[in-house]
Amino acid sequence: MGRYLIRRLLQAIPVLLGATLLIYAVVFALPGDPIASMSGEKRMDPDIVGILRDQYHLNDPFIVQYWHYISGVFQGDFGRTFAGVEVSEIIASKFQVTLNLAFTALVMEAVIGVGLGLYAALRRGRAQDTLVLASTLVLISIPTLVTGFVLQLLLGVKLKQSTGIEIFPVAGVSDGLRSYLLPAFVLAGTSIAYLARLTRTNLAETLRADYIRTAVAKGLPRRRVIGRHALRNALIPLVTYLGADLGTLMGGAVITETIFNLPGIGQELFRSVYERQQPVVVGIVTLLVLVYILANLIVDLLYAVLDPRIRYE
Amino acid sequence: MSDTTIPRTPGAPGAPGAPGAPGVPGAPGGRRARHAKRPAQSSPQGPRSPKDPGGTGTPGADDARPAGLWSDAWHDLRRRPLFVASAVLIGVILLMAVVPQLFTSVDPYDAVNCRLGDARQAPSADHWFGTDNQGCDTFARTVYGTRVSLLVGLSATVMTVLVGGLLGLLAGFRGGWPDALLSRVAEIFFAIPSVLGALLILAVFRTGTVWTVMLALSMLAWPMTFRIMRAAVITAKGQDYVIAARALGASGGRLMFRHILPNSVASVIVVATINLGVFIAAEAGLSFLGVGIQSPSISWGLMIADARPRFLEAAGPLLFPAAFLSVTVLAFIMLGDAVRDALDPKLR
Repeated sequence: MGRYLIRRLLQAIPVLLGATLLIYAVVFALPGDPIASMSGEKRMDPDIVGILRDQYHLNDPFIVQYWHYISGVFQGDFGRTFAGVEVSEIIASKFQVTLNLAFTALVMEAVIGVGLGLYAALRRGRAQDTLVLASTLVLISIPTLVTGFVLQLLLGVKLKQSTGIEIFPVAGVSDGLRSYLLPAFVLAGTSIAYLARLTRTNLAETLRADYIRTAVAKGLPRRRVIGRHALRNALIPLVTYLGADLGTLMGGAVITETIFNLPGIGQELFRSVYERQQPVVVGIVTLLVLVYILANLIVDLLYAVLDPRIRYE
Repeated sequence: MSDTTIPRTPGAPGAPGAPGAPGVPGAPGGRRARHAKRPAQSSPQGPRSPKDPGGTGTPGADDARPAGLWSDAWHDLRRRPLFVASAVLIGVILLMAVVPQLFTSVDPYDAVNCRLGDARQAPSADHWFGTDNQGCDTFARTVYGTRVSLLVGLSATVMTVLVGGLLGLLAGFRGGWPDALLSRVAEIFFAIPSVLGALLILAVFRTGTVWTVMLALSMLAWPMTFRIMRAAVITAKGQDYVIAARALGASGGRLMFRHILPNSVASVIVVATINLGVFIAAEAGLSFLGVGIQSPSISWGLMIADARPRFLEAAGPLLFPAAFLSVTVLAFIMLGDAVRDALDPKLR
């Protein structure tokens, strides 16, 4: 177990290095000069420009700049913006918003998605099953861009107008968890549908297994047969999907954040790209790559919990 | 449905006398027939074959195949309501993209047709979908927006299938260090969040056009195709008919393109069809954010962004392109679903 963990973490290093190098190169290629844009219309004193360029290593070749950056990251230093603010400070608060959003979405996904899939699998071939299949197909196809605006209009604005109570806030994060409900559902929409279909297929297959027949023959209650015997065995692909989806949700949140005006990392990245704040951009992407790697690692470790036959040496 | 330009109908299906690999008793019937047909073809054009995935990546274009898996799949597809529905929808969408004039007489690119005095009108006989903030006809703009979406979706699909498919074929077939290297590179691209990554790449290009959006999307999407292709190739590589062909002295290129490729593209095509819809949605998202297609070009994502500030007073200019977008994505995902069921009976 320990050795497996170490090996996996070592394997993650080239991915992390490669991804950050790639992003760093892209940001390096962004048009515009960050120092020149600091002073706006006014020309800056060439001496000050020189000092600033030195301070931010802007005169060094690309790979040296990257080295300065990445060695800082490994020491927990994500650098400073050109305005002198710690990048980690900027990211921390924004990251929290996106993390809240993504986790709320993930929970919805797990509950609604698996629930729907379970419902359909147990009624396989009947009308309810067909209904779930058709509705998930439609849900998969509607882009977040569309669900976002439609739900904002219907559940946010119209509902408030007709009932007089604000059930789902439509913008900002000032209402705690409640303000995340609608955006999280929008963000999770497609994944809910995928997960429901995945659950249905897997469970339908598991329900045909011999040990399920045995369990039923033993006289176990239906609830136990489905929960302990069928669902647990069908869980591995679902957990894999959920784990991989955390990164996708966080990385894809930018559209949802824009629609609902959530101050998350997507919006921050968007702004930083245009202000050419390289350290912020690279910092955000590095964090997301880390989330992706860690989520996948946790999923792999969960396999052993779900299925005792799987052991890591 | 077929717009395939690959003329491979000559050569009797499953011609038993075909040289190459006649002795493949272990392989299932469909595979054998399909496989044996290949070497019977008269034009041994190496470099043309890699275009296969691109060509067949276009929706439902597999009907020109005479035998085996593909003709089975075609027969199966024609009887599926899901396939027929999506094919009809896609036909209409394609027509709308190619000749939007058929659907509306108003040219939305001509500023004469937009009058600020008519801004945000409700749907009427003159303006079926009403008018937007600039007083332009929403219906005409929505119809004209189809072209950009389809162009991005199709070109990004072709690109990912070509790049991911070829690299996957190479990695799976060669193994060893090329495989290790390509797999690591794919892993790196895989770890980069796609929407944010595309946003960054587009920021570098500065101006968003159909081609830069296509490039940004495919740069982040190819690892998926790569992985699927690689896995399929590794499975196919160990099959008896490949071993037989190798024993008969077939060269590496011939093995790859004549024997392994045709038997491993199926899963890539399925994913490509579904991805097409995803690409269209992604284009709308990027254009909505302002990094994709730029005005004066018309794109659904751009229309949604334009309509957003006045969304609560006039929802029409936002909802109509949104509806077209959703239906288009739905059509391609339905097609992908149907094609998958037809090509991979195990998943049924």
